[in-house]
Parts: sequence; structure tokens; C-alpha cells
Amino acid sequence: MDIKSMKNYLYWLYCQFELITCSCLMEPWEKLLFYTFNITMLVTVLYTAYIFVPVHISMAFQFFLHLFGNQHENTVSIVK
Amino acid sequence: INHIVHNGGLYKRPFNEAFEETPMLVAVLTYVGYGVLTLFGYLRDFMRQWKIEKCQNATEREEQKDFVPLYQDFENFYNRNLYMRIRDSWNRPICSVPGAKVDMMERVSHDYNWTFTYTGRVIKGIINMGSYNYLGFAQKAGTCQEAASKVLSQYGAGVCSTRQEMGNLDKHEELEKLVARFLGVESAMAYGMGFATNSMNIPALVGKGCLILSDELNHASLVLGARLSGATIRIFKHNNMQSLEKLLKDAIVHGQPRTRRPWKKILILVEGIYSMEGSIVRLPEVIALKKKYKSYLYLDEAHSIGALGPSGRGVVEYFGLSPEDVDVMMGTFTKSFGAAGGYIGGKKELIDYLRTYSHSAVYATSMSPPVVEQIITSVKCIMGEDGTTVGEARVQQLAENTRYFRRRLKEMGFIIYGNEDSPVVPLMLYMPAKIGAFGREMLKRNIGVVVVGFPATPIIESRARFCLSAAHTKEMLDTALKEIDEVGDLLQLKYSRHRLVPLLDRPFDETTYEETED
Repeated sequence: MDIKSMKNYLYWLYCQFELITCSCLMEPWEKLLFYTFNITMLVTVLYTAYIFVPVHISMAFQFFLHLFGNQHENTVSIVK
Repeated sequence: INHIVHNGGLYKRPFNEAFEETPMLVAVLTYVGYGVLTLFGYLRDFMRQWKIEKCQNATEREEQKDFVPLYQDFENFYNRNLYMRIRDSWNRPICSVPGAKVDMMERVSHDYNWTFTYTGRVIKGIINMGSYNYLGFAQKAGTCQEAASKVLSQYGAGVCSTRQEMGNLDKHEELEKLVARFLGVESAMAYGMGFATNSMNIPALVGKGCLILSDELNHASLVLGARLSGATIRIFKHNNMQSLEKLLKDAIVHGQPRTRRPWKKILILVEGIYSMEGSIVRLPEVIALKKKYKSYLYLDEAHSIGALGPSGRGVVEYFGLSPEDVDVMMGTFTKSFGAAGGYIGGKKELIDYLRTYSHSAVYATSMSPPVVEQIITSVKCIMGEDGTTVGEARVQQLAENTRYFRRRLKEMGFIIYGNEDSPVVPLMLYMPAKIGAFGREMLKRNIGVVVVGFPATPIIESRARFCLSAAHTKEMLDTALKEIDEVGDLLQLKYSRHRLVPLLDRPFDETTYEETED
């Protein structure tokens, strides 16, 4: 039952998307074109995010670590 | 600020009008929808130009391709690419009398609304929420119909002449005296077409050297009449008395544009109920302004005659004012009386002048006798002169239906425009796909509605317009409300945030009881 109501909810969400972007009024080939374009853009954005976001986050993390971590390194060297 | 007393000195009853603001997200998404459709419109136009797709709409002939292009403006672009996609919600053929329930011929389109074919099936018993049948006089049986058929067998259907030549029947004289008595004016004149009443009589009343102050949202017939007359036209904001007063002051102080002479006449054009907004004109204030600045008032009661007021005499009675204050009272017989045509009522000198100088009187064919008899019978019914209380019951039923329907829709969470007492109920849809979807879904559930889109309304404010009728029973309204609720949930139309926005034409303070909410 949960799966069925979930599927209904997803179908309703899809209908809302169709209504907002007016793709329910389009002819089938126009819909195909529109969805292809949208899915391509979405996949491109997600792929770019997948490749670049971890690198950026780790660089940002290292930068902040460097800022606050310099004091730690100094104490370590004195102890040595 | 001005002489209009806020605490009801002019208004004898609360004036509740609300136009809730468009929610920001909805406006953005509407523009997104229109943007996508515009892009696809450009793509389709490109394909039609380069002959990749067959061109099914009107274009210029090959020899005329080098002339000034005829179909490149925005209206034609809109027509080809946006209107065609949702065209099946309009021009639906009905095949019975448009009463509370109507029969419709079913039609399908196999090429995306460019052509329609009839399946042959007739959909019966569709609840009619779109006809201007305010008092329910669109009937095929009853006293009006019997009287009309008797007159048809006596006079025939055609008149074959204009009013001035051989077309002035005794029925017309009887009608005009009756209408004058109904409205409480000295004299009235009836014409065969409501649109022509406005567009042909305003040029007879004003001319060059006169000033017309017309409301922003006036009907096309008033605009056409004003333009044909040759007078200077100035527009004031919809139902906004500060704007009107400013224009009147400027007109009196500065006079005509170059010569600074005083204007020959100043005519204020307003409507009783504006059919796209459902708002009622602020008549007490307009009359106060008219008297102060010595101008004339032309009131178009097309939708409000028969529909407002305790005994159905229109917006003048609704506000408890005297009909002598309005110089020209115009109305139509199409809406509340179940017939066709228009009338103008006023002082005897005015109507006698119009009988000679109006284009409609001189050139237009006079009204057909059965139609005249339908009007006579229905006016007598409303006034109670036929001996029954049917008319009074209908007026009260309409008022009850209006209040009930509007209250229920507001409670459900839809954005409804207009005044609490107007039987015209616009429900906001905003997005272009929802216009078509609403019309189709309601037809699937056997309810016929009128949806309105771009040229008649601003481009993002598309709406569905319900016209209530005294012929609707409470069960019909409940069925309709249940279906509207369902469709509203399905299409996510319940945008209202239950916030009553104070009307922006005056500062909102606690002492103004016109902005009350229950």
C-alpha cells in the first residue's frame, strides 16, 4: 500500500511539473525534445557536481585547516 | 483628504471588495511556462517558414510575401502557438437552451486543435456555470416562452425595417414605457444589439471638444463608442476614486490641451459590474464627484441590471441612490432577461434626442417581436406585476447563491476576485497549461465553465469565470463546488494565503469599515 501511494504521489508530482512547464500541451515530438534537453542539462550539472564538488570541498577544508592548523604545527615543531 | 466620508456617510452598507495579490512563486512559474511555450512557438514558426512542417494557419499569398507582413505581431504569434493548443475550451457547440443545465455536442481533434470533428454523441445535463443567465429566464417552457410564441404567431419574426422608417411596432412602445417604469427614469429607448447600443450612442452624445473619463477595464463596446465619437479620452485606474478626482480637477483647471478653453462636456463612463473582475463600481462616490465637478455620468449596467439590488433594479438600487442622479443609464437585455438587445434610459429630452440622432435608431433593424415580448414578460415578472412572487424569489435566490458560492470557494482556498455581492465569480488560474487543463477536467466531470486567457485579461492573470444563476439549485452548486474542490487539488489551484489586502486607493485605518472581513 505504501508503494502504491508513493507511486501515486510521484505521478501527481510529475503532473504538476508537466502543468508548470506546459509540457502537457505539447505534441509528442516537442515533449521528447523538451525532456531530452532538460535531462541532458540535469545530467551534465550532476556530473559536473560529482567531479568538481569533492575537490573544491577538500581544498576549502585544507585552506581552513591551514588557517587554524598553523598554530598546531608550530607547537609540534617546538616539542620536537 | 477629500469630501468622501470614510465611515459610511455615502455608503449605506459595507462594500467588501478584494483583489488578492499574485503570490511571487506563482508569478515566476507562470512566466516560466510562458517562456517555454514562446521558445517552442519560435521553433514551430521557424519550421513552418522553412517548410519542414505544414503551415495550417492563415498566411499571405506567395505574391504578397514582399509586402508589409500581416501576421508577425505578438497577437498573431500568440494565436498560432499558444491559443491553438488550448482552443478546445472555447466555441463549444451547445444544442439545448442554456439554462441551469445544458447539452453539448462532443467533439474531438486529431491534429491538435487545428480542426475538430463531431463524434455524434451529445453530452447531456452539463451544469452550466458559464451562461449569463442571472435570473434564470433562459427557459424553453413557462410564461415567457408562451407569451413569446403567441407574439411570434401574431407578428412573425422579422421586422424588415429600421425604427425610424416602418419598424416601430406598438410592442416597442410598450417595452420602452415598461423599461422606463422599471428603472425609475422618465423615458427609455430599446435597441436590437447591446454592443451597438454603446458604440452607436456615445458618438451621438459627445463629440470633438468633449472629454471622456473612462475606467481602465471598460468593455470593448464603451471603448469603441468613445473612440468613434472623436472626443478626448482619459483613463482612470480601475474603481479608483482618487485617480478620477485628480483627472477631473486637471480637466477643470487646465481645460482643453492647446487652447485652454473649458471642455464642452465631461462624460464619465463606468460599468455597474465589471465582468472580468467581478467588481462593483463605487457609485456613491462617483455621483458625489460628478455633482461636485459638474460632469455627466454614463452607467453601463450590462451585468448588474436584474442581478443586484433588493428588487433587481440594478446597481443604483443596490446603493440606495436615486436614478435621477445618473444621466444616462444603459443596460442590456441579454444577461438577466434572457433576450437580446440593449436600452438607454434617462430624461425625456435626452431620449427624444437619441431617437433622432443615434446611428442605431436610424440604421439598425429594430428588435424582433418575440424577443420584445420575452423582455416584457420577464420585466413584469421581476416587478411582480404578473401577480406572482416568482420574480422576487429569483432575485433573492440569486443573492443567496452568490453569497454561498463565494464563501465556499474562499474557504476552500482559491483566489477569488471581486465584490462579495457580485454574481460574476472569477477564480484565478494564472498558468497557461492550467487554463486548458481546468476547462477539460471540468468538462470531464460534467460542468461547463468559461476560462479566460490573454487578450481579455493581463497575460499572467488568466482566470475561470463562473456566472451564477437563480436557476441553480443548492444541490447543483454543491456538486459544482465538490468538483471544483477536486480539480483544485488535482491542479494545485488553491493559491490563497487568506490574507485580505487592503484596497490601495486609500490608507487603511481602523475606522474604514469598507475593508472588513468576516
